[in-house]
Amino acid sequence: MWDFLFQGFAVAVSPLNIALVMGGALLGTLFGALPGIGPINGIAILMPLAYTLGLPPESALILLAGIYCGSEYGGRMSSILLNVPGDAGAVMTTLDGYPLAQKGLAGPALGMSAIASFVGSTLAIIGLTLFAPLLAMVAVKFGPAEFFALMIFAFASMSAMMGKDPLKTLIGAILGIIIATVGVDSGTGVLRFTFDMPELYDGIDFVVLIIGMFAISEILLMLEHSFDKSSDKGMAPIGRVMVSMKEVMSCKWSMLRSGVIGFVIGVLPGTGASVASAVAYTTEKRIVDKEDTFGTGDMRGLAAPEAANNAAAAGSFVPMLTLGIPGSGTTAILLGALMLYNIQPGPMMFSEQPVIVGGLIASLYLGNLVLLALNLPLAGVFARVLTVPKWILVPCIAVLAFVGVFQLHSDLHAIYLMLIIGVFGYLLRKFGFSLAPIVLGFVLGGLMEQNLRRALAISGGESGILWESALSIGLWIAAIIVMVAPWLLGRFKSKAVAAK
Amino acid sequence: MSTFSFASLRRPLLAVALAGAASVSYAQGGKPECLAPAKPGGGYDLTCRLASNGLEQASLLETPMLVNYMPGGIGAVAFNHVNGVRKGDPDLIVAASTGAALNLALGKFGRQYDASNVRWVGALGVDYGAVVVAADAPWQNLDELMKELQSNPTSVVIGAGGTVGSQDWMKAALMAKSGGVDPRSLRYVSFEGGGESLAALLGGHIQVFTGDLAELKPQLDSGTIRVLAALSDERMDGAYAEIPTAKEQGYDVQWPIWRGYYMGPEVSDADYQAWVERLQELDGKPEFAEMREARGLFPMSKFGSDFDTYVKDQVEEFRGLAKEVGLVK
Repeated sequence: MWDFLFQGFAVAVSPLNIALVMGGALLGTLFGALPGIGPINGIAILMPLAYTLGLPPESALILLAGIYCGSEYGGRMSSILLNVPGDAGAVMTTLDGYPLAQKGLAGPALGMSAIASFVGSTLAIIGLTLFAPLLAMVAVKFGPAEFFALMIFAFASMSAMMGKDPLKTLIGAILGIIIATVGVDSGTGVLRFTFDMPELYDGIDFVVLIIGMFAISEILLMLEHSFDKSSDKGMAPIGRVMVSMKEVMSCKWSMLRSGVIGFVIGVLPGTGASVASAVAYTTEKRIVDKEDTFGTGDMRGLAAPEAANNAAAAGSFVPMLTLGIPGSGTTAILLGALMLYNIQPGPMMFSEQPVIVGGLIASLYLGNLVLLALNLPLAGVFARVLTVPKWILVPCIAVLAFVGVFQLHSDLHAIYLMLIIGVFGYLLRKFGFSLAPIVLGFVLGGLMEQNLRRALAISGGESGILWESALSIGLWIAAIIVMVAPWLLGRFKSKAVAAK
Repeated sequence: MSTFSFASLRRPLLAVALAGAASVSYAQGGKPECLAPAKPGGGYDLTCRLASNGLEQASLLETPMLVNYMPGGIGAVAFNHVNGVRKGDPDLIVAASTGAALNLALGKFGRQYDASNVRWVGALGVDYGAVVVAADAPWQNLDELMKELQSNPTSVVIGAGGTVGSQDWMKAALMAKSGGVDPRSLRYVSFEGGGESLAALLGGHIQVFTGDLAELKPQLDSGTIRVLAALSDERMDGAYAEIPTAKEQGYDVQWPIWRGYYMGPEVSDADYQAWVERLQELDGKPEFAEMREARGLFPMSKFGSDFDTYVKDQVEEFRGLAKEVGLVK
């Protein structure tokens, strides 16, 4: 049964394919690092090129897979350095990545996140190699009711983030859910909160939301500081460059757990890197954050979402390769690329197209090695970005963001919307709200509503469907445990103290 | 000092941003462009790529055709854009499909617009709707499924990739109507696209999926699904030859999903005609037939006034159907 992998490595180590995987990894890192251009656009731009160049199918797929993995690595850079997520999966990375950079640990943070990305991807690729066909059959058992329970679990885990100001976290998450309701109602086709503007029919675009929320509000904050000299924070210092072995070891369990969580969530069709990194982060906070240092620059809080989003990217290949069902927007495009070459992914692909499946999996292994080798030594170089004054850097990022968003929409309304959201985000930050719960509420809330509606449409309105299957019951129990356990533990502890 | 640095920076930066943005999309001066009214990767993207790759391969254009994206309202944003900003652009074609005709009929592109607000150039390919069940489903043919629906419409869960009122829902609604079942009594679930719907079918969460033929090939080859009926006029050939049409099973439902293009309302007759001829010539090339097949599309040759009449008739027909199935009053 290992034949396909050996054949695959034989294909992947040809000079052309090695060059392609390296080139793809580099380009992908760039696409991921630039806000507004994510893996979907990167692949959509390059796919016709691969076809026009006349690359054989396995080489084209290897190039595109390199871009995909690379962009998951690249997304973290602007999160850590600028507090602006490069793509959807990198939102959680800002929570501890940016505080680390502000402490002068940008180099180690970039290094640590590269290692976490590598560990997460590698775990997921091993999972893909060993269990793909089996997992795919389990993944389709995940229906609307199970997804709804998963979202409840994710929201329950978010209570771990409530930290200093529970009320503001709650309001933030609810705001996110409210923003997610704009657009065509998926169940009935009725327009909600669109004010007769066709630009709002599809709802608020995720890229527009995060660029507005993070990048534009960051510029506004900077502007304000530039008026007030006394609060001028100045540049973050550049401390040491390399991540230490001790730091890596302190994160090993966080990386392994998050890698597994990310892979499992990535395998489910319809959820992706953003949900995976959110669940991984909040789970880790529950498990390891005893001193309440998550959110203030804890390496483990950085390693968890990075391992998870990379693992999810690799996980989304499972339903694509084994069932011919794309698990994410990016794999949908990869599926289109395969169809261009008259290759139909499906249950028989592993036996009928061993060269392509094997070559793809082998190049995922190689691509990750390349990305680690590329990213570790370069961490110091990228960290130098911080020596560029922010008043130059952030407007540059904003220009890229404007062009990126415009390229996505060919329409100025998206730009206006981004600016409005930016001002809104700025006000929220002034009032002491954290942005992550809003973005999470947006992502999870949208999925939660859709799946609740679907589940109830299937059952004809019977709410019993929501806790019918063993899978959903398990998730409900897990949700209750994460909500109640800390409180119970707290009471238990205080009783023990009182007894003494 | 610091205020000054901002004020002096803001204007140039904004200018750079806008200039960069402008060069991305409003490329003028004989650069042919296809606008896909959706995000990259979907059916409209495919429609644009079909034209741009085909025309390039056949050397029918001097400069390569640019593909740009304008997502929003399943084409509503682009339709408004062409009617507002680029009414007479001789180099712009916009991807459209049966879904655009349906939205026009339902007034979803804006009440003030109908099919005569743009110039319909032609269609290069077509796909057909399909009624799909899992391989282990109790129904062997469309008739058995319809009997079940007639006796108890809510006993079967139907799912597909669009909301109520979308193409996918229309397929289910018309199928129900052809068997005398009230479309409004169906138990219908909408997913995000065909991929999620297929996953739900394979996982047993829905029993019937009203999809499109071309996207079903991998599952068809592997035997995990059964296609009860193709919603085409006649049987397709090749891998689909075994699939009976709904019509031959006694249920007269057809749902072609054509893939075509329109231009702005004020494009000159000469420019319009040039595009009609260009697409017509492309359609005749054997290499293009191969490319179309690789993208899972069947031939459909309708161009110029022929296509224009076809779309306008279809919009009228959909208006009537929408009333019959209770979508509009």
